[in-house]
Amino acid sequence: MFDEKELDKIRRERERWEKTTLPNWLKQSPERKSDFKNHSGIRIKRIYTPEDIKTMDYMRDIGFPGEYPFLRGVHATMYRGRLWTMRLFAGYGTAADTNKRFKYLLKEGETGLSTAFDYPTIMGYDSDHPMAKGEVGVCGVAISSLQDMEVLFNGIPLDKVTTSMTINGPAAMLLAMYVAVGDKQGVLREKLGGTTQNDNLKEFFAQKLCIFPPKPSVKLTTDIIEYCAKHLPKWNPVSISGYHIREAGATALQELAFTLYDGIAYVESTMERGLKVDNFAHRLSFFFASHNDFFEEIAKFRAARRLWARIMKERFHAKNPRSMWMRMHVQTSGCTLTAQQPLNNVIRTTMQALAAVLGGTQSLHTNSFDEALCLPTDEAVRVALRTQQVIAYESGAANTVDPLAGSYYVEALTNEMEEKAMEYIRKIDDMGGVIAAIEKGFFQKEIADSAYRYQREIDEKERIIVGLNEYSIEGEECPIELLRIEPKVEEAQVARLQKLKRERDNRKAKQILEKLHDAAEKDENLMPTIIEAVKAYVTLGEITDVLRQAYGEYKELIVI
Amino acid sequence: MKTEKKIRVLIAKPGLDSHDRGAKVVARALRDAGMEVIYTGLRQTPEQIVETALQEDVDAIGLSILSGAHKTLFPRIMELLKQKGLTDITVFAGGIIPEEDVPELKKLGIKEIFGPGTPTETIVQNVTQSVSKKT
Amino acid sequence: MPKTEEIIKGVLVGDRRSIAKAISTIENNAIEAQKLITAIYPHTGKAHIIGLTGPGGSGKSTLVEKMIREYRRQGKTVGVVAVDPTSPFTGGAFLGDRIRMQELSTDEGVFIRSMATRNYPGAIAKATKDAVKVLDAAGKDIVIVETVGAGQSEVDIIKVAQTIVVIHAPGLGDEIQAIKAGLMEIADIFVVNKADRENADKAVIDIQAILQLNNKEKMWKTPILKTNALTGEGVQQLVETLREHKLFLEKEKEREKNLSRVEAELTEAIKEKVVSAIMDELKKEGEFEELLQKILEKKMDPASAADRLLRKKFVKESE
Repeated sequence: MFDEKELDKIRRERERWEKTTLPNWLKQSPERKSDFKNHSGIRIKRIYTPEDIKTMDYMRDIGFPGEYPFLRGVHATMYRGRLWTMRLFAGYGTAADTNKRFKYLLKEGETGLSTAFDYPTIMGYDSDHPMAKGEVGVCGVAISSLQDMEVLFNGIPLDKVTTSMTINGPAAMLLAMYVAVGDKQGVLREKLGGTTQNDNLKEFFAQKLCIFPPKPSVKLTTDIIEYCAKHLPKWNPVSISGYHIREAGATALQELAFTLYDGIAYVESTMERGLKVDNFAHRLSFFFASHNDFFEEIAKFRAARRLWARIMKERFHAKNPRSMWMRMHVQTSGCTLTAQQPLNNVIRTTMQALAAVLGGTQSLHTNSFDEALCLPTDEAVRVALRTQQVIAYESGAANTVDPLAGSYYVEALTNEMEEKAMEYIRKIDDMGGVIAAIEKGFFQKEIADSAYRYQREIDEKERIIVGLNEYSIEGEECPIELLRIEPKVEEAQVARLQKLKRERDNRKAKQILEKLHDAAEKDENLMPTIIEAVKAYVTLGEITDVLRQAYGEYKELIVI
Repeated sequence: MKTEKKIRVLIAKPGLDSHDRGAKVVARALRDAGMEVIYTGLRQTPEQIVETALQEDVDAIGLSILSGAHKTLFPRIMELLKQKGLTDITVFAGGIIPEEDVPELKKLGIKEIFGPGTPTETIVQNVTQSVSKKT
Repeated sequence: MPKTEEIIKGVLVGDRRSIAKAISTIENNAIEAQKLITAIYPHTGKAHIIGLTGPGGSGKSTLVEKMIREYRRQGKTVGVVAVDPTSPFTGGAFLGDRIRMQELSTDEGVFIRSMATRNYPGAIAKATKDAVKVLDAAGKDIVIVETVGAGQSEVDIIKVAQTIVVIHAPGLGDEIQAIKAGLMEIADIFVVNKADRENADKAVIDIQAILQLNNKEKMWKTPILKTNALTGEGVQQLVETLREHKLFLEKEKEREKNLSRVEAELTEAIKEKVVSAIMDELKKEGEFEELLQKILEKKMDPASAADRLLRKKFVKESE
């Protein structure tokens, strides 16, 4: 990108600067650290110049938005054409409670829905299961059957909104319920838009919500990818997630590498069924975290886009440019928020959100400032939404595409992250792929070590967290109102569920469960049967139990 | 033959909450401080936790929970410990537990709640001191 | 801590809390431990003591869980001692073996205890042996000792057992040759787990080749079994083979092996007491500290220092 002679001059001038101008400044104010490294272990230089990106070729490595290698964005006009979707993760209590929160957020200006389910639902237990005691509706909405789903989307036209559902093991069941609600509303299935997270691989080493062992879990994820490719063309069957990997303690680099590797695994598993890559890859979507190190995050998002495009082209020989797009959703980091001086979290979330925007995300969730204390109150979630709106309308960040392209620092960091991520990818390939690596405890060890190192840095004040290990308030009291979930939520849910089980056609329910059992044994794509089952008001727990019988339950490999 | 008594701690994740980053960091810190740490993984029932504490003859139990279900699960655990005659075990907790719930939990017999951001050294020292006081 | 007498009474009726306290006593208090063992020793000898070892990733814990379930199905009670290494740097240990068996922790017929090696040479083998005695005396039909097969102390631990099962799984990156030499010789049953994997059959053939050399001399020919611990395939056969080995042990010929095992235990017990008593005496000697310094300064070598101390107290100078 630069003239040889020009570069040489710059080098000589830099060396002069280091010998003449710099030393005085170093004497006056010595640098705060002897070595500035980011958490991924990448050394941050004092200054970046064209020398740091001298091997870059604009068209090969940077290019134009909407064109390979998509570094500058997957759409040609990005936010000038359409702002990112403001999609806030919401869910608590009963379906009626969450329906209210959905409508509140839509009224306040969010542009997409995102559903948080409670723990029993996530683990495939009905609200009346013994393991559900004390957990119903407490950190997400309780959905045990189609009846609950109908209430959840009551008054919300599914042809006018897109909905993301954070659900993994039971993703097929929740997607089936969504389809059933759409059918009832008279919406054509081809028009249903949204995302199921459905990324079972990361559960084994990050989010830990695994129900079944690795192989059947990948099978279920692939069933949904295959079904959507054929029947739900606007649905993103999977949101290949790095967020949870990062929140579990991974570095940005590990988040990048491991997420992309999961993506590779799903492309392989789907192609193994005979589908051509260009038939389904355009609907694979991604989900990343945005943490505090501003430039590292921006570099990560850009590196992710370019690396995925290269993988799709070179490893999987995709021909359609849309197969090479990495469309992503980003959530600002939960684990960086503090319980101490919670208002500080508004600032953290803002920086993290801005990094996501400058990184070119398609969709964004911003955390509420009371994250470390409880589920968000109306006020807190409104501030989170306003954060995005202020960035969108007041900061000017959305007015040009990929504003940081060409920054010597950002491009150098992007390059380095991509290179190092590729090293990880090769390493996992050598291990025999993602499932082999999971069984060896590879990801778990990497993450546990990074998590432990991070905590030690905080304990030793190498890493300052404002309000926590520095600038803290002695004897601080909780200054804000908290959202609490009433126990009557659980009582109400259990009552409804028991009524449902009495009043539905139980003979039909039984028949379909047997059909599902056969289909699972025969290794068929389970989506059609699951849709049939939810329409007969078979419950989530009943379906999951059949699958538990067929596939077994997973026991975790613990690495601390 | 000389043998030294070690502090034995059970780190437990009751209920369905799957956030284990903190529990694992604490487990490792306690191990690095010379303790024997038994960690039984995710999704433990109160019955499993108490039975494990009994069989392993632990000096302390650390309960980690971020889902808000502590209001149901902790009383059950403390009740079972009482039933089995295990009241000499020091119980501490961590995770997302609102300040306003702490007094009630302490009344149940939970010695200390270590909220988000508690330095690991504080936890190590606290556990060491509580256990040594008893012997 | 309840009195030792109470603990003994509790153990003999199978009270779980007493069993737990008994094992803690064994780990922490040598004097009370001796009392305890003396009291319960006459009540031992009924349980089948099975040692299970294998490298990390071999699926050992998953296999143990399935074995326990099979024994429970047969109406037998089971005790498990799971041994993990103590960190030589910190003195702490992470004891995570019971996670695979956690569902069984609330089964009245199952007792699981995790023990750390505590890095005192020889101590863990004795402690494990004694913990096994407690579970035996408490009435458990089966006692399983589970360790990771790496390091000499693990080989020592596993010798506690009457039947030693060594587990291997294909594709771990460990070649057969890497299986600890000591283990190959003492294995009574060899298990190739994850039998659904590609190289399982090759692993069986490789192990067969090595075992054939060992088996020539033995009365009990070490069989190689294939299992899939995840599905439970092969577990019934394993449990049946274990039963066969126990029967074999009860026959005449093997009484010799029992006798030599018991003699080894007595010799060990004597050695321990002798060394302990002598060390205590020698340390009382004023010269002890002085000689330590001299060794540090390379003015004297350890063997000569030992001679000098012993000559003073007990023994003739060594030739």
